[in-house]
Amino acid sequence: MGASNFVEGVDLAFKVIFGISLFFLVGITSVMLYFVYRYNHKRHPHAIQIKDNNILEITWITIPLILVLLMFYYGYVAFSPERKVPKDAIQITVIGKMWVWTFEYEGGKQSPVLVVPINKAVKLNLRSEDVIHSLYIPAFRIKEDAVPGKKNYMWFIAQQAGEFDVLCTVYCGLRHSYMETKTKVVSETEYAAWLKALPEKSNEPEGLVILKKNACTGCHSIDGSKIVSASFKGLFGKTEKVMTNGTERSVTVDEAYIKSSVYDPDKDVVVGYQKGIMKPYKGIVTDDEMNKIIDYFKSIK
Amino acid sequence: MTEQKRHQPEPSYLVDTGKYKGLMAWLTSTDHKRIGLMYMYAMMVFFSVGGLLGVLMRIELFYPGQQFYGPQVYNGLFTIHGIIMIFTVVIPGLAAVFGNFSMPIMIGAKDVAFPRLNLFSFYLYVLGAIIALSSQFMGNGPPDTGWTFYAPYSIQTHTNVVAAVFGAFVLGFSSILTGLNFIVTMHRMRAPGMTFFKMPLFPWSLYATAWIQVLATPIVGITLLMIIAERWFRIGFFDPSLGGDPVLYQHLFWIYSHPAVYIMILPAMGVITEIIPVFAQKRIFGYKAIAISSMAIALVGYFVWAHHMYTSGMSTTARWVFSLLTFLVAVPSAIKVFNWVATMYKGSISVKPPFLFALGFIFLFMIGGMTGLSLGALATNIHVHDTAYVVAHFHYIVFGGVGFAFFAAVYYWYPKMFGRMYNFKMANWSFVFLFTGFNLLYFPQFIIGIMGMPRRYFDYLPQFTLGQQISFFGAILLAIGFIIMLITLFSKKGAKAPDNPWGGTTFEWRIPSPPPLENFEVMPEMGLNEGPYDYK
Repeated sequence: MGASNFVEGVDLAFKVIFGISLFFLVGITSVMLYFVYRYNHKRHPHAIQIKDNNILEITWITIPLILVLLMFYYGYVAFSPERKVPKDAIQITVIGKMWVWTFEYEGGKQSPVLVVPINKAVKLNLRSEDVIHSLYIPAFRIKEDAVPGKKNYMWFIAQQAGEFDVLCTVYCGLRHSYMETKTKVVSETEYAAWLKALPEKSNEPEGLVILKKNACTGCHSIDGSKIVSASFKGLFGKTEKVMTNGTERSVTVDEAYIKSSVYDPDKDVVVGYQKGIMKPYKGIVTDDEMNKIIDYFKSIK
Repeated sequence: MTEQKRHQPEPSYLVDTGKYKGLMAWLTSTDHKRIGLMYMYAMMVFFSVGGLLGVLMRIELFYPGQQFYGPQVYNGLFTIHGIIMIFTVVIPGLAAVFGNFSMPIMIGAKDVAFPRLNLFSFYLYVLGAIIALSSQFMGNGPPDTGWTFYAPYSIQTHTNVVAAVFGAFVLGFSSILTGLNFIVTMHRMRAPGMTFFKMPLFPWSLYATAWIQVLATPIVGITLLMIIAERWFRIGFFDPSLGGDPVLYQHLFWIYSHPAVYIMILPAMGVITEIIPVFAQKRIFGYKAIAISSMAIALVGYFVWAHHMYTSGMSTTARWVFSLLTFLVAVPSAIKVFNWVATMYKGSISVKPPFLFALGFIFLFMIGGMTGLSLGALATNIHVHDTAYVVAHFHYIVFGGVGFAFFAAVYYWYPKMFGRMYNFKMANWSFVFLFTGFNLLYFPQFIIGIMGMPRRYFDYLPQFTLGQQISFFGAILLAIGFIIMLITLFSKKGAKAPDNPWGGTTFEWRIPSPPPLENFEVMPEMGLNEGPYDYK
């Protein structure tokens, strides 16, 4: 049995298409090589001119036409259930943002890992907060884009317990290849227990919630480690060397510098980092939010 | 008449006869043969650069994790690799080089219909390429969007997208004008007696290509300008945060970029169609079927674009309709393959380098085409869409297909171009390395793609390591093959080539090698009972 309810149909379509293709690839190549050998000018010094043959042409139009329609059919039949979600499916909202997947369960509970019960229909409502991402679970043979401003969806029934890779397949910037997580397929009771234990609402500081919402934490860690850029931990009050219009100078990371770095990141770039990677958040992060961020920075000095 | 010819042989087009000498004589020449050669040299440079960038990517991918450079560099590398290879190599490709060099001669014309416009197209090509490449050195660093410039990422990234996009826009005009030029040339300048259905099949394939160039390229042109307008003036076409629709971008982009695949591959098929009868010394089998299938591909090719978008959230109806149409376009390609093989039947075959590359083309193109079938089918596409499988598939088409046809064409028309032969043994060795390296490089990508390796990944999960490493060794062999080919062609002067070294029947083999400036001393005609492939 496949890892999801779609595996069987999709794999059958692959087998039909690859089977027919392989037959023709081997067949045509063999015939071609045989002709090259048999009718080599050493063995066959005079070519025999042959007239066009309409019956032959029609034959090799008709046969491939029938075969490709067959392939279309297998592809369609395996695909069409992928768009028909059972009414009782568990609803999970998937939020894609650079470069993290977040799975939101009923009551707004959030998890970085997709945990689902076995043998239950699960519908994933795909959302994106920035650019296009695509949620791909190879073991389940499914994929659908999370497009900002659109409400795409996918669904599946997991049929095997275990852990499976979850990847992003639409290129989404710097850390595209790190936008991956797992899906854990567990028994129904385990699922219920896990969901219950999942904290109701984030008890994180407001500033951190804002940072996460804007995907700041995709590049800036809060534990002192380096992802892409400087960590937020211990940042406030630090002295940094920055490049301003090509000249190096020292600045203390204070409220004014943080504001300018968020609203116009390329103005003063810390030495050792590259320009043009972070977008300006002018008009995205409000003044009120900015104050909460700064409060949070002060708290993790 | 023959008296006159013997006394005053026309100088070849390689001899400078105008007011300039040397480089200037080339840069100001409106001769279709010189323009074709200039495209060829430019493309070989771009191809070498693009290939080198590819090798740099493979080195980084040898192990998972970061080895030599970070993700930003990698993202920039695959973007410029794609831009160079697609927009400056394979799209102009065979049409610009051999369409210019051979097509007018093959239809019995002195030049293309608008020689100055032709030179202008070449300058647009150079200008567009320079603008696109300047993106690497100006602004906020190399663009990192991929050659597809998908919105809204291409709107939001701070890298130098505008230069790359504008470069592609300018290159588009080069393509449109070349297409226009070729259409008029083939309509108006065929030799007396050469009806459309007596025209050789390489010109036929260029004719189909030219219509796509003229009709489809403007769409991508305006789309690319919309990106620039959106970045500069914040007009919300594609970015939802400005009120736009990102899926609209994909539609507009692929309405051109899918037919663009046929801009690349049709002339390649055309070249193969010329080479096979010559080396089999036999009439092409199914002349009309091949000619019509080129037009059919060009026509149906317009209506399949959204098969690049099955996962974008299109309606289920749109998905199956585009899937069905996609399968229909597979048929005319199959017809060509059958006719090529049938042409070999009862021929008298000499396996010389151009023919060897043509055989390689057929094999690689079949793999490319057949692996495309599971991308056209819905259920299978959903699984392998945007994975390494797609990377392998389109490299089999545009490199295994277009690239090998290009190499075949170079080996085929080289004696006509330069009036010199080359070393066959070396040429065969270049094939062995290119062919082996190619398969070693790209075949493993099918496998890791089916296993779930997404494309455009700087880093990858450990289960894909072996496949990536085999690909690296393939890339090295491939690079060696290309270097052997360059040495074979350009290191030393070969023996003098006869006018018709392969025993071909089309017009270019009836004139001196290299041809005189105006191609024909006596304008050729095609008799009532003559055809393009009259082998005895």
